[in-house]
Amino acid sequence: MLSRAAANLFWLGRFIERAESTARMISMGQRMAMLPSTQGQSEWASIMLATGTKLPEGRPVTEADIVSGLILDTQNPSSIQSCLARARENGRAVRTALTQEMWESLNEDWRYLEVMDTQTARQQIGSILEWVRKRCAIFRGAVETAMSRNEGYNFLRLGGSIERADMTLRLLNVKYYLLLPETEVVGGGRDYHHWMSMLHAVSGLRAYHRYYSGDYASWNIADFLLLNQTFPRSVAFSYRQLDLALSSLEKSHGGAHDCQRTARNELARLNRMDINAIFDDGLHEFIDNQIIKTARISQEVSNAYYF
Amino acid sequence: MPFNEMEDTDGVRPPYRSVADWIEETGTELLGRRREEAEAIFRKIGITFAVYGEGGDPERLIPFDLIPRVFSAGEWLVLESGIRQRARALNAFLYDIYHRGEIIKAGIVPGELVYQNAAYLPQMVGFSPPGRVYSQIVGIDIVRTGPDKFQVLEDNCRTPSGVSYMLENREIMARMFPDIFTGGPVRPVDHYPDELLRTLMEVAPAACTGEPTVVLLTPGSLNSAYYEHSFLADLMGIDLVEPKDLFVDKARVWMRTTHGPKQVDVIYRRIDDDYLDPLTFRPDSLLGIPGLFDAYRAGCVNICSAPGAGVADDKAIYIYVPEMIRFYLREEPILENIQTFQCGRPDECKYVLENIDELVVKEVHGSGGYGMLIGPKSTKAEIEAYRQRILADPGNFIAQPTLNLSTAPTLHEREISGRHVDFRPFCLVGKTIRLVPGGLTRVALQPGSLVVNSSQGGGVKDTWVLRE
Repeated sequence: MLSRAAANLFWLGRFIERAESTARMISMGQRMAMLPSTQGQSEWASIMLATGTKLPEGRPVTEADIVSGLILDTQNPSSIQSCLARARENGRAVRTALTQEMWESLNEDWRYLEVMDTQTARQQIGSILEWVRKRCAIFRGAVETAMSRNEGYNFLRLGGSIERADMTLRLLNVKYYLLLPETEVVGGGRDYHHWMSMLHAVSGLRAYHRYYSGDYASWNIADFLLLNQTFPRSVAFSYRQLDLALSSLEKSHGGAHDCQRTARNELARLNRMDINAIFDDGLHEFIDNQIIKTARISQEVSNAYYF
Repeated sequence: MPFNEMEDTDGVRPPYRSVADWIEETGTELLGRRREEAEAIFRKIGITFAVYGEGGDPERLIPFDLIPRVFSAGEWLVLESGIRQRARALNAFLYDIYHRGEIIKAGIVPGELVYQNAAYLPQMVGFSPPGRVYSQIVGIDIVRTGPDKFQVLEDNCRTPSGVSYMLENREIMARMFPDIFTGGPVRPVDHYPDELLRTLMEVAPAACTGEPTVVLLTPGSLNSAYYEHSFLADLMGIDLVEPKDLFVDKARVWMRTTHGPKQVDVIYRRIDDDYLDPLTFRPDSLLGIPGLFDAYRAGCVNICSAPGAGVADDKAIYIYVPEMIRFYLREEPILENIQTFQCGRPDECKYVLENIDELVVKEVHGSGGYGMLIGPKSTKAEIEAYRQRILADPGNFIAQPTLNLSTAPTLHEREISGRHVDFRPFCLVGKTIRLVPGGLTRVALQPGSLVVNSSQGGGVKDTWVLRE
């Protein structure tokens, strides 16, 4: 297929995933900020940091900053509105590679957020985040039911998996940026609540319980989000998905590139990994390192397929 | 009184009988609701049209009127032979002016109108495109001014747009009112994309020996007709490429794919000549595909329509099309032209200036309904301002009598009344000439308005050609 079309599908997959993950991260911030005796400032600030968004200078971060910066700001590439607009733009540029339903799901109400001001969006934040999740789900449903499992599908899935791995890593990083007040201890009530909010954000509460019998220990939750083989938002699972997409591409193109080799090595490494070792070496260092590796695969993909 | 397509003094005209019955049965209330549904579907699918420089909604819908415009089998027979005849003559003219120029030597078309025309490309002289076809898709704008009177308003030999509306309008009508098409008298149009692809394959360059690779070249998703580009590419199953997806190497054209470069044989381009190849046409431009024209002249790729084909649809050349038909085909023109005055000729210019309030004046190179003056609908001040423009550069203007365009029944609010319509069929020229029975009917939605251009608030209708 055209390299540009491959790039458009790849980025379409990434932006849809990023829109949804950002919505999930904001939900997490809301939940974290709900505890008594907190203004939520530190929670909101860590979410902005984790998405790579600049903090306002000389004042605490508020929910309004989150709404304007991470939902509405068209200048911020991570904001939901820019993700959805860019997903649609990429989709529009490869309309011929999309099914009718995929296109309709990108096109319907695409200006919903455009007309919204911060005030209105704050009042409706819950329903906006819900709306984003639904849109992304409808898009995925359209892909699932009618898109041919061809080259284009693999580029779309590849973009989605890379973005999901990246966003789950960033979600975990929120906890790193989140300083506990001096009166709180690690493993105390607030800490516990933060970790649990992460599971909520990835819709993983139930799945988690199946593996770790009700104990919200930080290393178990990190293990679940990083290394679990069956939970679809874990980093290891996302890597397996991207490895599958890359293997299909390798088959249809009759050859492997750097991206295939890197992905395969990384997947094998993640599967061998032990959470205790990760904690010993530093969770944050591991995450930052993995974010860089994920970005490298993305770069290698565009080199391999000429985009 | 303009010709009423639906009714004459004897009541409903025969071709419209089924439509009249259908309106009667459906009722305007339901028609009104269905129109809203149709609009929602168009919006959802994203069949939109950008209007440059007006601000507002960058992706606007063209209003769709549910009541079809109908041609009887007999009417279509006349139209069809006239359209085919004109498409042949226009291509013969293009071949001639880039070769021996017989029609100029014969004193029929003034040389300066051809050789000094902005669309004339000296680079094309002596080159013969495959099958000697320059304009593979000829869109001819036709108006009806009487029961048996069809006249050509203008020709479009470059990249006429609107065919996606022909297909989508039918699709929507069939979705909403399936009963009227099942076993009915309306001839289908949905094979147009196949016919187009067949046409494009027929004009593959001689250097191409296998199955030709055909692509559709679009300026990109910001172009006003982008929807149509992607729609056609999709239905033909060919790649929709942008200039940056193509490059030239060793006089061959390649597209960048995930498998590496792939050779392209036929380019159905929907971009202007100016942006084809910066090396040949616009050294100041970064747009286009450097070297494309050399590859074309080397016979390694075909560009459809041919660069320089625009001379034939120029408003100043239009006047000579009936003569072209006599000259090249030795036939009498089947479709009439509209009487046209050239302001470049002093006596005609004088007439135009004296009668300007009754005429329609247009710029020779203008299109899309921009920059024209409709005398009877203009204020004194507008007329005066336009008069000054004509005086400053008379050669740039032509004038025509204000036409009594026929009216077709159109739904407005919950009322049905006549609105002026025109018609653009799309004639395909390859090794043979193909014409799908239908086209785009444009309708001026404002009561009394004569401007049907979509950029000026016109709408569209489904067009029915009936079987015998």
